[in-house]
Amino acid sequence: MSDTTQNGPVLAADGTPLKRSLAKALRMQKLRALMLIAPLLLFILVTFILPVGDMLFRSVDNRIVQDVLPRTVAALETWDPTSSELPDEAVFAALAVDLKAAAEIKVHTKVAKRLNYENPGLSSVFRKSGRKIRKWDVENEGPYKERLIELNDGWADLELWRTIKTYSGTRTMGYFLNAVDMKLGADGIEVRPENERIYNTMLIRTMRMSLIITFSCIMLGYPVAWLLANITTRSANMLLILVLLPFWTSLLVRTSSWKILLQQQGVINDVLVWIGLVSDDDRLVLINNELGTIIAMTHILLPFMILPMYSVMQTIQPTYLRAAKSLGATNWTAFWRVYFPQSVPGIGAGSILVFILAVGYYITPALVGGTKGTFISNLIAYHISTSGNWGLGAALGAILLAVVLVLYWVYDKIVGIDNVKLG
Amino acid sequence: MSALPPYATTGQRAWYYSFRVICGLIFFFLIAPIVVIIPLSFNSQDFFTFTPEMLRLDPEGFSLKHYRDFFSNDSWQSAMWNSLKIAPMATIVSVTFGTLAAIGLSQPHVPFRRAIMAILISPMIVPLIISAAGMYFFYSRIGLQGTYIGVVLAHAALGIPFVIITVTATLVGFDRSLTRAAANMGADPVTTFFRIQMPLILPGVISGGLFAFITSFDEVVVVLFVGSAGQKTLPWQMFIGLREQISPTILAVATILVAISIALLATVEMLRRRSERLRGMSPS
Repeated sequence: MSDTTQNGPVLAADGTPLKRSLAKALRMQKLRALMLIAPLLLFILVTFILPVGDMLFRSVDNRIVQDVLPRTVAALETWDPTSSELPDEAVFAALAVDLKAAAEIKVHTKVAKRLNYENPGLSSVFRKSGRKIRKWDVENEGPYKERLIELNDGWADLELWRTIKTYSGTRTMGYFLNAVDMKLGADGIEVRPENERIYNTMLIRTMRMSLIITFSCIMLGYPVAWLLANITTRSANMLLILVLLPFWTSLLVRTSSWKILLQQQGVINDVLVWIGLVSDDDRLVLINNELGTIIAMTHILLPFMILPMYSVMQTIQPTYLRAAKSLGATNWTAFWRVYFPQSVPGIGAGSILVFILAVGYYITPALVGGTKGTFISNLIAYHISTSGNWGLGAALGAILLAVVLVLYWVYDKIVGIDNVKLG
Repeated sequence: MSALPPYATTGQRAWYYSFRVICGLIFFFLIAPIVVIIPLSFNSQDFFTFTPEMLRLDPEGFSLKHYRDFFSNDSWQSAMWNSLKIAPMATIVSVTFGTLAAIGLSQPHVPFRRAIMAILISPMIVPLIISAAGMYFFYSRIGLQGTYIGVVLAHAALGIPFVIITVTATLVGFDRSLTRAAANMGADPVTTFFRIQMPLILPGVISGGLFAFITSFDEVVVVLFVGSAGQKTLPWQMFIGLREQISPTILAVATILVAISIALLATVEMLRRRSERLRGMSPS
């Protein structure tokens, strides 16, 4: 720097200082690159990132209670949920006004549905009262406390009021707690009763089965990758076609093929009976259980394990193995101490990829898993499309997404996402 | 492994051959479920297993019945046309945006390159059910749920990671002095792109496009949520068939799809070798 200050700055052809000119050129270059990327980034943002964000927001969104019962929520402010007294007349009056207004535009069923998730049975109280309250004159027909309780004795239940009070905020952790089999009681977070706990079992089952699938893929993929890396390039290319063909074949074709092969009157059972391994009247149950899902998904995800393993093993020098042997190592020691450690990055890359894909699988477990072999994704789909409990579906989805994103981050750190190979 | 040395012991010989047998069995596991569908689809009975006639290779046991059913059944036909209408459009959208972005990403100085890349690849990583549910909510909000455009946009988003990955991989070996030479001789950036860069990266772009096409052509989860009855695609129809009453027509459809994937795979392999030749690398 001292040179330039003494002799004046180095100038570019047009007379501006070279440094500034270069910085400008660099800025232009960066801008041009970003301009090329911008349309796609915007596209992905609108068609993909925003939708996923929208779904995640639903897992904490609880505006419905405040939207439908605004006066009741305000009146409940002063009521202490730990007391053993019902709320006072003012609250009931507010509820009567809210409920009538809601029943007229038929939104009382929505809040009933929402609160029913937290306190089963609450829905009918709202529905039954809503139907009758439409005929009431809510301006001057007090006292509402007695009349409402007379209408439906559910209103005299303290638990009902505690539920409304607990879930009156616009944001809730309720869905997330529900997704891990807990709930928000009057005095904090509590674990749900034994018979209502299903989601933890489901999460654990998904993780366990994905691990089993990943492990089977390692066991089956390693020998194949080793063979591919240690034969002539020409034969490796031929055999690679056998790995890539399943990869390119429609997922539904592979799933339907397994469904057909594994059924009790299917080809596999027929062959086993023909060989005599299994007697005709107790054919193996290979489908609609965990085993069916594991077999089919191992087959479907195996190429994702072989390809990264193969690309790592290609770089391992065969001379190392020969050197180890010439130094007196047995075949096994040479493999285990010299070759295997160098192939670990391939196993890691393949395993993370297979695990990420397995954890979120929906189609195959839905078709070959029966009830015992389904994954968390199937439960999410059930809540989004059948039960209508979108918040809970979204919360389960958020948990699944968190698991996947952590693994994605790890994968990026270890392998780098630009190094994903597609055949 | 390449060949067994003449001095190999009996144990080494035994291991050498048993290892090959193990690998053969694994290859069998990979391929058999796909191949077995093909003869089963020519079954003349409505069974999902080989009938005694088929095992005796009696021509009576074989027929094109399931194929006739596929080509004459309205719901299968409309499903096929829907797939053929959706997949090419989704491919065009993802290839156009994807190629531009891949060129941008392979410039020497890109700010936040890692983060951008992570976002663009995410549709491949995020579980499909989450993407599908999110798109279902968001697209209903903006009126795209149950429309043709909605399904095309959703499928295009899912295909983009594949285009990005294949095109950036092709661009890694691209010699930038070629574009500089073109610019030096007076070509404007658009001419340079279409006359110099595009022909060289075309194999990568086409294989990216084929990946995007097969992604959309195969996709079922997102279309189940974002589409309505009017966008019922082939995989959707297969999914219903498999879940409710499984009809042997599925075997014929599956065989046709296997043929399509073999054709696509062959094309991609050919393009990959051509691209390596173009870049002056020896085809491996």
